[in-house]
Amino acid sequence: MARSAVAIIRSLPAWLTAALVLALTLGTLLAVALRAEVGRGLSAGDWSAIRFTVLQAAASAIASVILAIPVARALARRQFRGRGALVMLLGAPFILPVIVAVLGLLAVFGRGGLLNAGLLALGVAPISIYGAGGVVLAHVFFNLPLAVRLILQGWLSIPAERFRLAAQLNAPIWRVLELPMLARHAPGALLVIFLICLTSFAVALTLGGGPRATTVELAIWQAIRFDFDLGRAALLACVQFALCAMAALVAWRITPLNGFGSGLDRTVARWDQSRWDWVWLLLVTLFLVLPLAMILWRGVPSLPDLGPDIYRAAGRSVLVALAATTLTLAGALALSLRGGVLVALVGSLPLAASALVMGTGLFLLVFPFVNPVTVALPVTVGVNAVMAMPFALRLLSPAVADIRSDYGPLAANLALGSWATLRLVILPRLRKPLSFAAGLTMALSIGDLGVVALFATPAQETLPLAMYRLMGAYRMDAAAGAAVLLLFMALGAFWICDSRGQGDADAG
Amino acid sequence: MLTLDDVTVSKGTFQLRANLQVPPGLTAVIGPSGGGKSTLLAAIAGFGPTVTGRVIWDGDDLSGKEPGQRPVTMLFQDHNLFPHLTIAQNVGLALAPRLKLSVKQSAQVDAVLTDVGLPGLGGRKPAALSGGQIGRAALARCLLSDRPVVLLDEAFAALGPALRAEMLTLVRDRMAQQGRTVIMVTHDPNDARSFADQVLFVAEGVAHPPLKAAAFFYDPSPAAQSYLG
Repeated sequence: MARSAVAIIRSLPAWLTAALVLALTLGTLLAVALRAEVGRGLSAGDWSAIRFTVLQAAASAIASVILAIPVARALARRQFRGRGALVMLLGAPFILPVIVAVLGLLAVFGRGGLLNAGLLALGVAPISIYGAGGVVLAHVFFNLPLAVRLILQGWLSIPAERFRLAAQLNAPIWRVLELPMLARHAPGALLVIFLICLTSFAVALTLGGGPRATTVELAIWQAIRFDFDLGRAALLACVQFALCAMAALVAWRITPLNGFGSGLDRTVARWDQSRWDWVWLLLVTLFLVLPLAMILWRGVPSLPDLGPDIYRAAGRSVLVALAATTLTLAGALALSLRGGVLVALVGSLPLAASALVMGTGLFLLVFPFVNPVTVALPVTVGVNAVMAMPFALRLLSPAVADIRSDYGPLAANLALGSWATLRLVILPRLRKPLSFAAGLTMALSIGDLGVVALFATPAQETLPLAMYRLMGAYRMDAAAGAAVLLLFMALGAFWICDSRGQGDADAG
Repeated sequence: MLTLDDVTVSKGTFQLRANLQVPPGLTAVIGPSGGGKSTLLAAIAGFGPTVTGRVIWDGDDLSGKEPGQRPVTMLFQDHNLFPHLTIAQNVGLALAPRLKLSVKQSAQVDAVLTDVGLPGLGGRKPAALSGGQIGRAALARCLLSDRPVVLLDEAFAALGPALRAEMLTLVRDRMAQQGRTVIMVTHDPNDARSFADQVLFVAEGVAHPPLKAAAFFYDPSPAAQSYLG
């Protein structure tokens, strides 16, 4: 009897975490479903938002994967100086704040950007980045690197002996080895990217809009912020959830999360190489580096002019990220220690949820009692923590299992007990995945522009939201300055956390 | 005296039966691989497999006790030291599972490290030590623990012949001859011949009662004969 009571207390943190995640995912969904005005049906505008959401996600996924194939092949068969740096660069968009990248893309492809300056010099009419094209462009910017990494893994999974055999037989490598590999790996990459693009609010917010380029999430935001039509927002949130839930579970099974290019640091000796490899590598590097370089070039000079409101927003962002990271790590650790079905549940539910759907549900829940503005930051902390939970779990849970299988018998034989085992064995040995998970959560949370946009006014705004306000007011220099600050905060937070885990705990 | 009273251990479809007593001193467990040597040790230490019958130490029934609550200290084939803790911390775990060592306990740790030939190496981590030194550090922890039963599950299998002989000498002189009950699984019958007081032969799911080493090798049973070749 006493024993089962102890067991319950020990797994209490895990249950609390699961309760938080369930409340924010399924709970908010219930609030949304109860409030949705199903009777009035979907308007023509709603249908066009659904259509655009699906089409832009499909176009982004297809473009990312098709472009990724030659890049991944070049990386798979070329060894060169800077290859490691390029692979690392391909991991960077995951922690890059979306709004920073959008501003960088504007500087290259926007109205006064590099591309249009070139077109103008050639006497060609300028192109506009706003609308469907811009949304897909930004999604390719974020997901081409992911697609390259997924497909590169496929390439490196082909044993070197097969290439040798194919070369010796003079067999067509593309037909015999590469096409079958792509048939295995490309569908997974397509699905993952499709799912990511279904729930990418910040891109649609900054580059989309209007009747022809409004996503469902953007329509939710407009329904709440402009029309204050909570019934319609709730209905759209149900639609959004249905869209995500369809692809989520399948996609999650095939997403690798293996740090920044670990395992991708080798090439396979082969006897077919093309000069085009270098062109592809150069193009993808330019595509990733130019927008960030433009941000720095435009933003660094205006850093000194940033107002106190920006620094206050930056401070809020850091506090929100610290709180969210604490919650995420504590929850993910508790769940990893407990293991079992809760891990699978909490590890997958947030992936099917969209931050905007959670936000809408929370808005509906708190609105009758308090002014939503007053809870903007706590709500952002909770949503960010829940959204990062699956990533942290995927890093911590297998690591805890490994430690237990390696050192569990020794700890048991030494009668360490569960607290001493946690303190002396598990935490020290978890330092690396814990630090990496902390870095990811900090960077994601600092750069997040999602639920906070539903709740906050300038008095509660975080740095990404402040930056969005500056862009909306066409104060592009100030926005670029804020972008540089945000970029350094997100990458810096990641680096500070991650480097704490880099030292070898077992050395010396 | 360690008694296995009509013990049956089930591990999947595999079963090991043991009805025997192990006297103090060094007992070598030998027999063909897959015969159940490690299973026997796991049953005594309280790991994993289902046990029917009773494991008794000095009249005290150990069945149902957690591994840490048994009078047993064990060395495994690997993972005997925590790589992120220093040698002194690893050894100190025998005295203070929460690693809050008193001055006296720290002195004990230093003394036992000197005993096993590792003076002054307490501040290092296992990665900075050779395989033989790691083995000695793990032995030092067993020496320091006051548990009367010591189980060695091929703990020195990875070492070369000279180092292994050195470890076995330490085990014999510092543990077995001090009255502890040492049960050691080994692949090499010569280890048993040179160092063991008793030999416990395990084959085909049966652990036979230990025999005096000289008697075992002088007149082996037919099964033991076919194993020894």
